[in-house]
Amino acid sequence: MREVAIVGIGLSRWGEVWDASLRSLWTEAALAALADAGVDTVDSITVGCMSPGLFVGQEHLGALLADELGMPGVPATRVESACASGGVALKAAFAEVASGMADIVLASGVEKMTDVSGDECTAALATAADAELEVFHGASFPGLYAMMARAHMERYGTTREQLAMVAVKNHKHGSMNPRAQYRQEITIKDVLRSAKVADPLNVLDCSPITDGAAAVILAELSVARKLAKGRPVVKITGIGHATDAIALHSRPDMTSIPATTKAAQRAFAMAGKGPQDVHFVELHDCFTIAEIVVLESLGLCAPGEGGKQAESGRTALGGALPVNVSGGLKSKGHPVGATGIAQMVELATQLRGQAEKRQVAKARVGLAQNMGGTGASTVVTVVEVAS
Amino acid sequence: MSLNPARVAREFPSRYRLEAAKCAGCGHVAFPARLVCPACRGTKHTAVTLDPAGKVLTFTVIHVPPAEFKGQAPYVLAVVELADGVRVTCQVADVDPAAVKTGMPVSLEFRRIQEDGEAGVIAYGHKAVPA
Ligand SMILES: [Zn+2]
Repeated sequence: MREVAIVGIGLSRWGEVWDASLRSLWTEAALAALADAGVDTVDSITVGCMSPGLFVGQEHLGALLADELGMPGVPATRVESACASGGVALKAAFAEVASGMADIVLASGVEKMTDVSGDECTAALATAADAELEVFHGASFPGLYAMMARAHMERYGTTREQLAMVAVKNHKHGSMNPRAQYRQEITIKDVLRSAKVADPLNVLDCSPITDGAAAVILAELSVARKLAKGRPVVKITGIGHATDAIALHSRPDMTSIPATTKAAQRAFAMAGKGPQDVHFVELHDCFTIAEIVVLESLGLCAPGEGGKQAESGRTALGGALPVNVSGGLKSKGHPVGATGIAQMVELATQLRGQAEKRQVAKARVGLAQNMGGTGASTVVTVVEVAS
Repeated sequence: MSLNPARVAREFPSRYRLEAAKCAGCGHVAFPARLVCPACRGTKHTAVTLDPAGKVLTFTVIHVPPAEFKGQAPYVLAVVELADGVRVTCQVADVDPAAVKTGMPVSLEFRRIQEDGEAGVIAYGHKAVPA
């Protein structure tokens, strides 16, 4: 395999962006990434998007968006794995560059979520769960994660306050990110007093509904060195992908996410690294309990110890293993198909030393974990500064 | 989700009669029936009927429901494990949500789950009730 680097990064505006369509949001991010890389064309485009058909009544995004960018003729493909669509788009782009099929690829993600009502949005997101076995009976996504939370609390003694501490930490991080959707700090009390959604999870345990797009330009390493212009070259050294049964009840242990463990093992094996080598992490905190379970499933703490990580300060900026310094999905926002790519934007920003107030000191190895549904699709990526 | 009549009808064996598939190779019971055994990838099965008795493994109280369940909230949604190891996600009915506990013995009963307006399909399935 050829070595692959991130040579350009870009984000669109994030939030409730009522004056921007799916195509204009995506184009904003793509143009920003092309400008950052200093290239004006690419060999191929991948687009991660969960459900443009349900959110805006548009499929066939590959061709639509290549044309929108003024690049008709370039091969462009939409890929979908629920909220892991961005991670899977990254993997598809990585494979094209690593294999030699392309030298420069635009990997992107987008979701336009606020053109539909809240109920329609809930219904679109619910398609990431098992329609016949879960959604038919009244399951919602907060409900499924709430059942994981209760199982974790009863098995390990994880507390309601420890869940809240994840949201408090990620909002504090997000307050230092000018691109974050919700930049206000919150307290444990705020989380505990916020409206009940699915017991034991409240509104402030949940990531928000977000419009947004993200893009990265991947290039073969020698091409990347030419484009670096004095900036550190950021390499993707490991990428792992795994799946599982999508119904939560089908998994023997509802307090862990086996697909995340498998994807991490594959990414670490490719990178020749282990959990102890990681300096900072962007992970898929769609709900507070998710950050706790994912830390354990990635091997970054022991099973049952996830609740103590935010509480002890280990996962805060300045701690031994900062997690979600971007604000995470919770504060930065979660345009579902864009999230996996936005994580790459944050890793590259940190590894280039351009994260300003939220810069992780001596960051040289970062890890991203992006998942769909209750974790039935996971992509884990290891990114490093090239020597 | 769509309550297309054919889609609802083809789930009758599992939702009306608790029919499952027992793998001829390894004995794993899959519910609902499927073509490939998730335990051994075997493809030969015999139909079995599940014992409706089980226990609550984990649960939540849904306060913000999907549109189809607006009239029912707050309701309890649980993962229930039946006697032969089969697990299902379903509501727990006929109980004060505050009284539901993990480990609680329950039994699956045939109930109305959702309906498509006044003139559309009514979809039935199982809910758990305290045993
Ligand atoms: Zn079998």
